[in-house]
Amino acid sequence: MENNTRDLEAEFQARIDRGENIEAKDWMPEKYRKTHIRQISQHAHSEVVGMLPEGNWISRAPSLRRKVALLAKVQDEAGHGLYLYSAAETLGISRDELVEQLLDGTAKYSSIFNYPTLTWADMGAVGWLVDGAAIINQVMLTKTSYGPYARAMVRICKEESFHQRQGYEIMLALCNGSEAQKRMAQDALNRFWWPSLMMFGPRDEDSPNTEQSMKWKIKKKTNDELRQQFVDQTVPQADILGLIIPDPDLKWNDDKGGYDFGEIDWDEFWDVVKGNGPCNQKRLDDRNAAWDNGKWVREAAIAHAEKQASRRVSKSA
Amino acid sequence: MEQKALYDYLLLLGDNPTILGQRLGELCGHGPELETDIALTNISLDLFGQVRNYFQYAAEVAGNGATEDSIAMLRLEHEYKNALLVEQPNIDFAHVICKQFLFDVYHQLLLNELVNSKNDQIAAIAKKSIKEVDYHVDFSSTWMQRLGDGTEESNEKLKKAVDFLWRYSMELFEATETETLMAEMGVGPDLNTLKPLYLEKVKEVFALSNIEMPEKTTFQFGGKTGRHTEYMGYILAEFQYMQRAYPNMQW
Ligand SMILES: [Fe+2]
Ligand SMILES: [Fe+2]
Ligand SMILES: [Fe+2]
Repeated sequence: MENNTRDLEAEFQARIDRGENIEAKDWMPEKYRKTHIRQISQHAHSEVVGMLPEGNWISRAPSLRRKVALLAKVQDEAGHGLYLYSAAETLGISRDELVEQLLDGTAKYSSIFNYPTLTWADMGAVGWLVDGAAIINQVMLTKTSYGPYARAMVRICKEESFHQRQGYEIMLALCNGSEAQKRMAQDALNRFWWPSLMMFGPRDEDSPNTEQSMKWKIKKKTNDELRQQFVDQTVPQADILGLIIPDPDLKWNDDKGGYDFGEIDWDEFWDVVKGNGPCNQKRLDDRNAAWDNGKWVREAAIAHAEKQASRRVSKSA
Repeated sequence: MEQKALYDYLLLLGDNPTILGQRLGELCGHGPELETDIALTNISLDLFGQVRNYFQYAAEVAGNGATEDSIAMLRLEHEYKNALLVEQPNIDFAHVICKQFLFDVYHQLLLNELVNSKNDQIAAIAKKSIKEVDYHVDFSSTWMQRLGDGTEESNEKLKKAVDFLWRYSMELFEATETETLMAEMGVGPDLNTLKPLYLEKVKEVFALSNIEMPEKTTFQFGGKTGRHTEYMGYILAEFQYMQRAYPNMQW
């Protein structure tokens, strides 16, 4: 029996090494299943919680064009949440169970959404930096070994890169605008820069799961490699905007062909992860309120569907 | 004079989707399920798309340097011509759906007429919008039935919403001077001819939803001539915030 499992695991790993996709019906180690449920659902929760800080500016968008674009973006994020919950469901867990884990605080979501969106420029900064950082992770995930997740990522990545451009374009308009608009843009960058770097997770030496994730191709690059890639890609974009990255240690390093940058405030990072960021409580309260207030609506929809079905049966009988 | 009337008519056409779209935008991320969040956001998106068409045209008609944004966001409260119905608050999902339904049915009937408008631009906008609004009617009338037929609790909540909102329905058909003039010119419909069709459709859906038509309603009017409810000022405070705080800027 034990030998059998070991053979299965060896064959499983060999398939991944050959670059084959693992599909829902395929045999997989329990740990692989659990890891994927956790990661995919965290990703789904992030999309859904991420609707809140951006939804915060829909009713105050400065122009009709921006309002329409922001509505479309937040709608996309809800769609991402849906595909990802479906991808997680292929692993044998229901969306309702996953949602419960979010609502009772046991599941995590991206910490970035525990920061407030205080000005319109934050809609630019979130698109530019947060969607930008997300894409770096997600492009990598289009090659992940679990088929349903990889395919969801392909679809999502296209939309995320559109969001990123849209966010950058908001920043560009501000930076080409009045002094007040430029100040707003710089302030947004000041507040979102470090939390965006935190999106890549702990330093490599503090992320014990990286090795296993690499073997399963959930990760192809380490947290620090991805963070470096983000910094290298973003600094020139900030230059074009004429904005200053809030890091006195930021400096081009010719030898490594990339930027050196300062140390993340890891105390803040762990604080927010543990639930003590500026908006953790509000985000969870909002999600819980939506869920609780929606209970009677979901019940009504189910009851109606059941009544319809039985009416159809009695008609055809 | 005719240009002024046309401009006013475009405001009448654009202000309802503006304020309803604004109300829907408040719900984003707070709906009972992801699917309904997506659908309501999508309806808001459709409505604001239509608003942009109307107000871009209105800006042309005004010809005084007005833009879609100045028209949408820089008027005073009494200059908005939306019906009182669409400014009513999102008290619960039943109110959201009922308000949407009572507007959608009117909106669909209106656009079905406007596609034949003698004003080509209005006809073109209506043609583009009608497919969207057909979907809105589907969505809201399906939800009316789900809530009305679903559980006792949901039926009760829907009844309350209907009782509250029905009083605002007939304003949609109360022609202002501008609408009367536009009907005479063949630009817009005679609203009186739409009313029986509206009542028929509403009755049909109410029946499927186990809801009785409210009796002895004292109907409320005023929005279309600029006399709004207490909610309007707060809606505008959010809607206009950026344009007021940062005037004359590009976004
Ligand atoms: Fe997304
Ligand atoms: Fe994402
Ligand atoms: Fe996105």
